[in-house]
Amino acid sequence: MSTGPVAAVREGLFVAGATPHLLGSRCVACGAHHFPAHGTCPYCSSEDVHGVGLSSSGRLWAWTAVTTAPPGYRGEVPYGLGVVELPEGIRVVTRLTEPDPTRLTSGQPMTCVILTLHTEDDGRQITTYAFAADPP
Amino acid sequence: MNSVEVIGTGLAPFGRFDGVPVTDIGLTAVRSALAEAGVGRGGFQAAFCATAYGGVASGHKVLGALGMTGMPIVDVEAGCASGAAAMMLGASAIEAGQYDTVVVFGLEKMPKGIIRSSFFEPWQEAAGLAATPSYFALRAQRLMATSGVTKEHLAAVVVKNRRSGADNPDAMFRSPVDAGAVLRSRVVCEPLHLWMLCSPNEGAACVVLRSARSTAGGTGVAAVSAPRVKVASAVLRSHLPGAVLSESTPLSGLIDDAVPAPSTLAADAAYEEAGLGPGELDVVECQDTDAARELLAYEELRLCPFGGAAAMLEGGDSAPGGRLPVNSSGGLLSKGEPLGASALGQVVELVRQLQGRAGPRQVAGARVGLAHTVGRGANAGVIIVTS
Repeated sequence: MSTGPVAAVREGLFVAGATPHLLGSRCVACGAHHFPAHGTCPYCSSEDVHGVGLSSSGRLWAWTAVTTAPPGYRGEVPYGLGVVELPEGIRVVTRLTEPDPTRLTSGQPMTCVILTLHTEDDGRQITTYAFAADPP
Repeated sequence: MNSVEVIGTGLAPFGRFDGVPVTDIGLTAVRSALAEAGVGRGGFQAAFCATAYGGVASGHKVLGALGMTGMPIVDVEAGCASGAAAMMLGASAIEAGQYDTVVVFGLEKMPKGIIRSSFFEPWQEAAGLAATPSYFALRAQRLMATSGVTKEHLAAVVVKNRRSGADNPDAMFRSPVDAGAVLRSRVVCEPLHLWMLCSPNEGAACVVLRSARSTAGGTGVAAVSAPRVKVASAVLRSHLPGAVLSESTPLSGLIDDAVPAPSTLAADAAYEEAGLGPGELDVVECQDTDAARELLAYEELRLCPFGGAAAMLEGGDSAPGGRLPVNSSGGLLSKGEPLGASALGQVVELVRQLQGRAGPRQVAGARVGLAHTVGRGANAGVIIVTS
């Protein structure tokens, strides 16, 4: 594994560091949370929306594994993909660190981590958000 | 919708036709429908062409090749429901009195392999979030959790549809399969195996619509000999926000299972427009992009109560000869899915069912048929035809 500089797959999606978490938004008018952050609330069209950090922990709601690399993807296969419920009342589509669906269970506690997807030709490591099952 | 009739149907078989341009595929369907309707040059006032991958001016190329241009030709893209969108525009224009006769067709020549969709942003592709079958799989897993659906049920859907597809000369896959073979095919995205997924492919379909008040008269086969088929509704809907596994493929949604699916929005509007309910249907063609998608459609279209899809399948209700045969054409699992042609292929099948022209696939006494497509956008189309 290269140790080149790290770059997020897209700025503004997540925060790395000691407690990685997603960056979303909250609508002041209707109270709904969003991910990624929106400028206009998709639920009520209010523009009174503020950026918020979302909880780093949640529970697993749906999951599968991708066995063939989809278009534009340069990382490893198979890999886990699923939906995690966060305490803010939202369900988030996310990479899962567990590629074996038989090792996951519904409602299992999960925590946000940062995952390296691939290394660019210039040495930059491209990272994204993912969720990992909490140790039992 | 009261005044729109289908006076001609045409298909180009669904499959893979290397070296055949998409315009030629479209021509086959349009020529056939115009001949059946007895409509020629100057005989229609507008055309709507559905395609997602056909490219700029797909409809103009087909009608240009026939020397039939000058009228408005509108190309329509609405993902898997593109044909339903074209049908809505064409039928509504006649119902409103704008036109007397309209040609509605769809054509497609899909790329091979896992399709790179312009829907996803480059960062989503890089992050591995552009794997379309994985979203089908997540939806399937949730259906299994809420409706008692098992992998065996998913295999049974494939067995049912492939058996019907064996009787459809226009289908891509015409060999029946058994459940064991379906479950032995490789896992694409758990719980979905390869044979539980339909194949994107090529094909075209066309219907000629005419006002029931028309004085143009018809000389075509359907016009003079077959029962008249009416378009009772042609509805397109998009998604409401909040459902994380909606076909709009969002990155998040609410913890709320009560957000109506786009298919349910379309179905409810279509039942209202037609003035009938799901209990009055005789035959249904629905979006079986994957085996679970068909079972989900039973619930979303209100063919059974929510949570009742497995029971409806197990009871044989949706099988040929059952209470409400679903995908008697073989469905997309047998025909493959040429996006722009898909919904209109369903309509052609249903019109022929209602006219008693479906051969070994005939559903006895069919008088009311429903065609359902849903896909990215989200776009959901529901068309009801009656005789």
